[in-house]
Amino acid sequence: MTAVIDKPVKPAKSVRQPSRWAAPPRPTWEEEPSRAGLAGKGLVLTLACLGILFPLWIVLVTSLSSRKTIDQAGGLVMVPKGITFVAYKELLSGGQVTRAAVISVLITVVGTAFSMTVSVLCAYGLSRIGSLGHRWILMLLLATMFFSAGLIPTYLLVQSLGLTDSYLALILPSALSVFNILVLRGFFMGISQELVDSARIDGAGDFRILWQIVMPLSRAVLAVITLFYAVGYWSAWFNASLYLNDQDMMPLQNVMIQLVQKQEAPVGLGQAIKTGELSGLAVQMAVMVMALLPVAVLSPFVQRHFKKGMLTGAVKG
Amino acid sequence: MSHSTVPRSRTEADTTEKAPVASGGATGTRHNRPKGKLSWRLRFRRDRVLLLMTLPAVLLILVFNYLPILGNIVAFEDYDPYASDNGIVSMLHSPWVGLENFQQIFADSAFWSAVQNTLVLFFLQLILFFPIPILLALLINSVVRPRVRALSQAILYLPHFFSWVLVIAVFQQLLGGAGLFSQLLRQHGFDGLDVMTDPNTFKFLVTAQSVWKDAGWGIIVFLAALSSVSPDLYEAAAMDGAGRWRRMWHVTLPALRPVIALLLVLRVGDALTVGFEQILLQRDAVGPGAAEVLDTFVWWNGVRNQDFGYAAAAGLVKGVISLGLVLAANKVAHLMGEQGVYKK
Repeated sequence: MTAVIDKPVKPAKSVRQPSRWAAPPRPTWEEEPSRAGLAGKGLVLTLACLGILFPLWIVLVTSLSSRKTIDQAGGLVMVPKGITFVAYKELLSGGQVTRAAVISVLITVVGTAFSMTVSVLCAYGLSRIGSLGHRWILMLLLATMFFSAGLIPTYLLVQSLGLTDSYLALILPSALSVFNILVLRGFFMGISQELVDSARIDGAGDFRILWQIVMPLSRAVLAVITLFYAVGYWSAWFNASLYLNDQDMMPLQNVMIQLVQKQEAPVGLGQAIKTGELSGLAVQMAVMVMALLPVAVLSPFVQRHFKKGMLTGAVKG
Repeated sequence: MSHSTVPRSRTEADTTEKAPVASGGATGTRHNRPKGKLSWRLRFRRDRVLLLMTLPAVLLILVFNYLPILGNIVAFEDYDPYASDNGIVSMLHSPWVGLENFQQIFADSAFWSAVQNTLVLFFLQLILFFPIPILLALLINSVVRPRVRALSQAILYLPHFFSWVLVIAVFQQLLGGAGLFSQLLRQHGFDGLDVMTDPNTFKFLVTAQSVWKDAGWGIIVFLAALSSVSPDLYEAAAMDGAGRWRRMWHVTLPALRPVIALLLVLRVGDALTVGFEQILLQRDAVGPGAAEVLDTFVWWNGVRNQDFGYAAAAGLVKGVISLGLVLAANKVAHLMGEQGVYKK
């Protein structure tokens, strides 16, 4: 039995949508730009973008090149000649870098979940002007933006809390950013009070209002702040170098310092690099690509929310 | 309001608060609370869930931002980290030396060298870094094609999300002894050049790294300010005969002024912080003579040399001066008629 499905009728392309690549019409009062001006602007913008992309391109291409190609190029490869994933295969087949990558992912996921939970709760708790203690708590948070207790006292505190050699030391001391909390709060305050009130009349408590009304309306800012926190955890290395002594516990960034800056071979791969197919340079580049890939893939998706997210918090006092 | 004695919402609370004032001092039933405020107990019952929600954050902030302030006591001690397993216990058992640590610091040439490096880097970044996001924002703002604009923004924002470890690794692959630049030089018969370990150019290198990483991200605030300028202003200026450049001078730049002032205030207030992680990562390669700044000075003496009292004293000096700088910068901003970080 065959079902007959009506094919959706394609709308006639009578009016062509203007391409998003094309320039929108200019207001009548604005003078035509000069050729030289346009060319100059294009040149500067292209150079700025290339200045960022070119180094990344070299890193990526070298990480995908075979030892032969790298030796021929005398080091870094600019033009790819055949692609090989041998460096990634070696790094991800268990061992130091695999473990470090897993550790970094876990810290990032757990830490971001923790930071977001605490920050969103706090931001909502502070979002109603005139609530009890509102001003005091806000002052308490704001004041931290003007001073820092200092590295040594913080180190001594974390150490006496017994957090050394524990992953809690990588999460708890840097879990909150007051700036992020204020951005969230600013956004929550912009949500119409009538909506919240009507939910309250329907019998919803504060937790339910936050979960079912405020948070769904704040997806943009939640995405931005989640990205900020996640990038913070993913990029962090200093606390690990300070509080962890066991080399096997180190996250990816700390392993990258050893491999790239100190030019050490990854544990267990030294022999393969000396004798075999594997190029030490390709291994370094592959670790760098592993560190930048998650960020480079995720951040453009959140990009369109940046401006909105950054602004609301900054404006409201 | 009959359904509950406790006002459930902000609007309700506002009406109860304002009612006595609006009726010209008539006190009604709340004569014992002349300003019309609810009692603490009622407000607590109304807001207890909100308070509960802020509790985890408040605890974290108290423990990790406020509690360590007390730890600055070690700056006045000859702190012995081995007196006990626990830092706080050692702190209580270490001998009190008063201002001795501070006297030693002010007589230490390494400290003054760190101060000098910090200040030089601050001014270098102020001159070479600060204007770039403004210029880039003006450039991006003049790009009218939506796709080109979004694409270039995505590329320019990207390095902000890279870790310092990665940024320095990238620079090393380009400018290090075995990097691309040296590689090209050698292939053309010159000697290789290792910019990454050269103390003479280190401060420019650090500034270049900061520009590469964060100048693109910096444009976001300026773009926001630019997008809030009404197009009518530009049209009116054009009607009055103002050309492209006069419009930029008389419309665009005044719109950016408050943002520029705010960022300048923030930067000056933070003058003694010039990229701790970034510089610490390169300190060993370049040497402390050129690369030691105040933050790394504290790290070196405390974490590496275990001289906690001395390091904490240096940190405290930096912290107190920084606090003074923030407050002073705000004062100047207020005098200039700008908003600053906090309102007057």
